[in-house]
Amino acid sequence: MPETATRPEELVRISYDPPPGDWRGSPVEFRKGTFCHAAGAKSVRYLELPNPRDWQPTDQDWKLPPNWKEIILAGMKERLERFRSFRLFMDICVRCGACADKCHFYLGSADPKNMPVLRAELIRSVYRRYFTTAGKVFRSLAGARDLTEDVLKEWFYYFYQCTECRRCSVFCPFGIDTAEITMMVRELLNLVGVNTNWVLEPAANCYRTGNHLGIQPHGFKDSIDFAVDDLEDLTGVRVEAPINRKGAEILFVVPSADYFATPHYYTLLGYLALFHEIGLDYTFSAYASEGGNFGLFSSHEMMKRLNAKIYAEAKRLGVKWVLGGECGHMWRVIHQYMDTLNGPADFLEEPVSPVTGTRFENARSTKMVHICEFTADLIHAHKLKLDSRRNDHWTVTYHDSCNPARAMGLLEEPRYILRRVANRFHEMPENTIREQTFCCGSGAGLGSDENIEMRLRGGLPRANAVKYVRDKYGVNLLTCICAIDKATLPTALAYWAPGVEVGGVHELVGNALVMKGEKERTTDLRGQPLGQGAEAIHA
Amino acid sequence: MKALVPLAAILGVAGLAYAGGLLPGTRALLGVVLPYAAMGIFLIGFSFRVVRWAWSALPFHIPTTCGQQKSLGWIRSNPIENPNHKAGVAARMALEILLFRSLFRNSQARLEEEGPRLLYAENKWLWLGALAFHWSLLVVLVRHLRYFLSPVPAFLPALDAVDGFLQIGAPQLFVTDAVIVAALLYLLARRFANGRVRYLSLPGDFFALFLLLGIAITGILMRYFTKVDLEGIKQLALGLVTFSPLVPASVGPLFFVHLTFASLLLAYFPFSKLMHMGGIFLSPTRNLANDSRARRHVNPWDYPVKVHTYQEWEEEFHDKIASAGLPLEKERTRA
Repeated sequence: MPETATRPEELVRISYDPPPGDWRGSPVEFRKGTFCHAAGAKSVRYLELPNPRDWQPTDQDWKLPPNWKEIILAGMKERLERFRSFRLFMDICVRCGACADKCHFYLGSADPKNMPVLRAELIRSVYRRYFTTAGKVFRSLAGARDLTEDVLKEWFYYFYQCTECRRCSVFCPFGIDTAEITMMVRELLNLVGVNTNWVLEPAANCYRTGNHLGIQPHGFKDSIDFAVDDLEDLTGVRVEAPINRKGAEILFVVPSADYFATPHYYTLLGYLALFHEIGLDYTFSAYASEGGNFGLFSSHEMMKRLNAKIYAEAKRLGVKWVLGGECGHMWRVIHQYMDTLNGPADFLEEPVSPVTGTRFENARSTKMVHICEFTADLIHAHKLKLDSRRNDHWTVTYHDSCNPARAMGLLEEPRYILRRVANRFHEMPENTIREQTFCCGSGAGLGSDENIEMRLRGGLPRANAVKYVRDKYGVNLLTCICAIDKATLPTALAYWAPGVEVGGVHELVGNALVMKGEKERTTDLRGQPLGQGAEAIHA
Repeated sequence: MKALVPLAAILGVAGLAYAGGLLPGTRALLGVVLPYAAMGIFLIGFSFRVVRWAWSALPFHIPTTCGQQKSLGWIRSNPIENPNHKAGVAARMALEILLFRSLFRNSQARLEEEGPRLLYAENKWLWLGALAFHWSLLVVLVRHLRYFLSPVPAFLPALDAVDGFLQIGAPQLFVTDAVIVAALLYLLARRFANGRVRYLSLPGDFFALFLLLGIAITGILMRYFTKVDLEGIKQLALGLVTFSPLVPASVGPLFFVHLTFASLLLAYFPFSKLMHMGGIFLSPTRNLANDSRARRHVNPWDYPVKVHTYQEWEEEFHDKIASAGLPLEKERTRA
């Protein structure tokens, strides 16, 4: 776990009163712990992106191409024509400030440039200067400013301090979505080779091996086999977990952390147990071994390049439809982008649950179903035997992951499942859940260790709500359906709300699922004895 | 400073317009040329901005969902906050445009170091102020139709009666006259008093508020406090809309300030944030149904990209795939 010397009491010594003066004045200062390292030349080169070189944000000279300014402005012009969202969101903000205290980074840092409106003004000011009459004529009086290297550095700092969580867009009276603006600026920065390693290395890995972690086919097979063995030890049931099997009915795609990181891994065990129990005819793919898509965090083109594998593999294996595991931004890409990017998936069939016969009409074009939709349907049709007492050692809350909440509206399915597999469930306060959910603070490629202070600051609003239910109801497990949440919330909670663990919805499904031929379960999927609270174990 | 320059500009315009209203040589300029020019700039500029937005492509389907999706039949979806088809979108847009739905969600966060605790309080003032301003402006504008139409349609006196229901004073006080000034003063005070909002405000934000206040105040002065020749004003207004302009000698200088402000607002509109009036209709996070998995959305500028194909992948990892016992395409074709 990354270390930070600062104690929570010190980190919250902030004031929401802005500093005196004008925000355009001061160049950005790259303070340790608040930014991500630059992308290594190797990843940039592998992905054939512009300007591979070795550099760091703290360098005076960023080694930009000599014509960087023309590149950026040409890139802006192109994107203003290609994205209505971009042009519109540059034009219509009235600076009412409703978004200001809705951003987790602003709430945790009090840095005024983390107010969504000012984050957007960082580029809006440049847009006005070069693309509007008022800005060209009246300059600073019209809120315009020149594009300089200092401005570019400011973009890098603050647009990698946005997790594209879209919470601000819920509150904006015009629906201005900072995630769109962040995506545009990151695309622009990529044009001159300004990018972060935490985004581009996983993207390069995913492009080459099929997943962000760079796990090669034999490694993938080993991890899945290991999980199968583990599950047998825990339940006494030997399950099948086919990989690259042609002719399976369903292709199952998960974020790679599910088979290589904890606590994600327990969710994988949950999937395996569930699929065995219902006799699902499915296959994993070692080629499409990543549902997540760090392309979303660098450019639309990269998103398309990485996402292409899912349909290609579904076609090659001859499956009927695709099922997707628990992951946040992966589901934004699948739900809002995949069909457009790489469809039409006319070689697949409209998804039908082989167990219940339910047609997933909401996925009839994309042909990809969320595991929570799938499992909620199974439970509703009484196809699963569940012993919810096996989760009695957990007092559970549910964290809506940003993208399933604000880019899908997948709110009730996971709650329905949780209420049936666990007996003790408590919601966090109203304005921190569902469409108003707070980001973990580490999404959109900001989850690197070197960025730890900013991550903890961004994680404060979420963790603070967790602390509230921990103190009020004794909550000791936060469940979520996002791989980045599972990877980074343990750190944030250990810091802000110690004593609360993080797990997946299907981990609890796996605990509660009564399997045919299973041995008497004495532990949960984590190997913890049943009937004991996590607090007791971790005390 | 951000507020001073706009304030000085507005006061300067007021002074010039007042003087111009007194001088015979400039009355036609302010009373005829300026309104026509401003209306021309407004119509062309507004259309240009809207058409340019519309010409920008809509490559992806990106609604922000604020309620339960429509998925399984037995889960109750939220057809307005997360619309699944056009009717729901229409309802969502109507709520947004007529009632400022999203702004209604507004809350205010506070951080207590003790704990630490983040607290969120209700805050509907901005919503109320914005709604009061916009609706009053609409009613005031509609009331102004009496100057541009002859005969006056029957609903206008009825509207006047409703708006004047308080029956205070003579001439009767219109509620919207009081509300629009109060709302504008609130919005202005907020820009000064709220440190965050002051910090992020631009000169243009103050300019728009000062200008609108200028229009409202001169209008109120004319209605309630000074004697103006309404017949003369109506002749001027009718002359403008019937393209037979005239400037009656009885129209006083204060009216020219009012008219100049209104013209300035029209001319300023297409170059400013006031374009949010047209833009809100096009906002892709609000005006799209959340049906992107059920209906394919087509990107008009889609282009092929370089991908790492399965064949290239198998080629690169061939031996490792074989040693792991996973099926290979190549062996299949050989066999």
